[in-house]
Amino acid sequence: MPMSGGVPPIGQAVVLNKTDLGAIIEQLWQAGYTVIGPTIAQGAIVFDEVHRLDQLPIGWTDEQEGGTYRLKRRDDKAYFGYAVGPHSWKKYLFPPRLSLFSLQKTQDGFHVQQNQEPVPRYAFLGIRSCDLHAIEIQDRTFLYGPHVDSHYQARREGVFIIAVNCSKAAPTCFCTSMQTGPKVERGFDLALTELSESFVVEVATPRGADLLTGLPYREATGEDLGAAARVVRDTASSMKRHMDTYDLPELLYNNLEHPRWDDVAKRCLSCTNCTMVCPTCFCHCIEEVPDLDGQRAERIRLWDSCFNPAHSYMAGGMIRSDIRARYRQWLTHKLASWIDQYGVSGCVGCGRCITWCPVAIDITEEVAAIRSDADKRTKEGSP
Amino acid sequence: MTPQEVRLQPFPPAGLPDPYCPEPAVIRSIETETPGVATFRLELQNASRQRMYRYQPGQFNMLFIFGVGEVPISISSTPGEQAGIDHTVRFVGTVTRVMERLRPGDVLGLRGPYGTGWPLEQARGQDVLIVAGGLGLAPLRPVIQTLLARRSQYRRLLLLYGSRQPMDLLYQREYAGWVQQGLELMVTVDRADQSWNGRVGVVPALLSRVSFDPTQTIAFTCGPEVMIRFTVYELLARRLSPERIYLSIERNMQCGVGLCGRCQLGPYFVCKDGPVFAFNRIGRFIRPEHF
Repeated sequence: MPMSGGVPPIGQAVVLNKTDLGAIIEQLWQAGYTVIGPTIAQGAIVFDEVHRLDQLPIGWTDEQEGGTYRLKRRDDKAYFGYAVGPHSWKKYLFPPRLSLFSLQKTQDGFHVQQNQEPVPRYAFLGIRSCDLHAIEIQDRTFLYGPHVDSHYQARREGVFIIAVNCSKAAPTCFCTSMQTGPKVERGFDLALTELSESFVVEVATPRGADLLTGLPYREATGEDLGAAARVVRDTASSMKRHMDTYDLPELLYNNLEHPRWDDVAKRCLSCTNCTMVCPTCFCHCIEEVPDLDGQRAERIRLWDSCFNPAHSYMAGGMIRSDIRARYRQWLTHKLASWIDQYGVSGCVGCGRCITWCPVAIDITEEVAAIRSDADKRTKEGSP
Repeated sequence: MTPQEVRLQPFPPAGLPDPYCPEPAVIRSIETETPGVATFRLELQNASRQRMYRYQPGQFNMLFIFGVGEVPISISSTPGEQAGIDHTVRFVGTVTRVMERLRPGDVLGLRGPYGTGWPLEQARGQDVLIVAGGLGLAPLRPVIQTLLARRSQYRRLLLLYGSRQPMDLLYQREYAGWVQQGLELMVTVDRADQSWNGRVGVVPALLSRVSFDPTQTIAFTCGPEVMIRFTVYELLARRLSPERIYLSIERNMQCGVGLCGRCQLGPYFVCKDGPVFAFNRIGRFIRPEHF
């Protein structure tokens, strides 16, 4: 039943030839979007501008483990046959270095000049469910608190989202534990599920439907939908890592002096990698950069990390003066206090912090160690 | 909207003000308090903004020095008392050391007020026990002045205050007036000098010299964190319940509005959930060291 040419129905799925994704990318650029998607650079799949299909890592995959990441050829031509890489989408919505505004010295003080540079209108191509959840989590920080970050909002608001249902879990992935995937459920315009020759495309918004108009798609059959469902089911069941999240905040708050913190402190280098690759970490610092003549200054926002000694520095010293305190802050924030602050965990189970940790510290293993020991102590009757 | 399109909440309205943006404020006066500490009285340059400016005792502002940066400073004046906004500053960091060179008439930046205030409503009809150390008296000065202005609404008002040396005691010129208006004042220093005839010892030790009814007392404390800890433990030992103990704490803050993440203490952002906390909310997180 060909439907090609008309506007596809919203809330339905259609089937599209894989190569027609190229036309979608082109149309997005024509509509004024900056299309960001996966591409290969320096031996990793990273996000960058994508203009043509052949920029996608077609036929590539990644091998990941704690502290390990390698690209490898696939024996097929899958477009999205890999898991997440070191980049997350937060670098576009919450840029690592952003000039917020500039200040000009005047006769009677100073004058604030808001940045006049137009904010890019992004289209995110190939975003996974874990990362979509991560954006929603950062929305809670920057948009839904008592103070709205206008810089984040300007980038976030118009984002066009083409999501991908994961067809491959890395051994470091644990989104099923965090209930953040592998199937995308909301917050997208189009969602693709990759089959061998085609994409099953869920159409969620009018602008998503507009994008397909004129392309040779057809309505998805029960068989297509079944095949798409199998892809996510297989991905979910191949998940190797898990985290038991039961009562996690209480578990961690009750174990703030647990010997495991000393143990992990011996391994952790406090290098900040985990916080840089984490798609939800939002800590930042604000710097004042004056011009040489002192008449103008720029207010810059930079990513920061709770692993930096300066993060907790006050005149007189640091609150978290050792690595034990810093790792404990990171882990308890991510998995416990984040829930108090925002109603959701700060972890989406993407596994980046495990892969990109130079000494392969594994967040799931650290939690399990504290939990098993706490369980043991409860069984022995000493709380 | 289809289910897939549903967002958590609609986005906030566009065009909200930039939360990081300071406003010019003029230094009206600078009063040297102690060596290395001075009180700056500021007024927003925009007169109507200054008229609209409201704050609670215990709140703070981010003060900004052009080309240098920002620093959180608690407000040490009393709401409604005068036109300006007082900030008692110790010249110790990158920003405050530049402030030391400023003069009346100079302009700096201000944004705020931020954070929670002291629960003055809850103090009504109670004995109020204020325990302060060093610069920790600054955010409590508006409490003292507010309570004294409505003296009849409270029972005993006690201030236990200490500093390292006699010359570090803040606001000494105001003590006589406070006592006259009905404040019981006990002062101590860690180290005496020849000028000093008063008590010597740490502030929490003063608590053993006062009696209070734990069922009708509310305590406010601010100062170095170690002093706060010992004060709180002493108050708890004296059977004051945790929800009657309020403390104001300090952390690294860069945004003041709960976005930069630096001031976190367990589930709280000290800048927006504090700096004033009841001990029953925060005790669990302030007990483990370096958390």
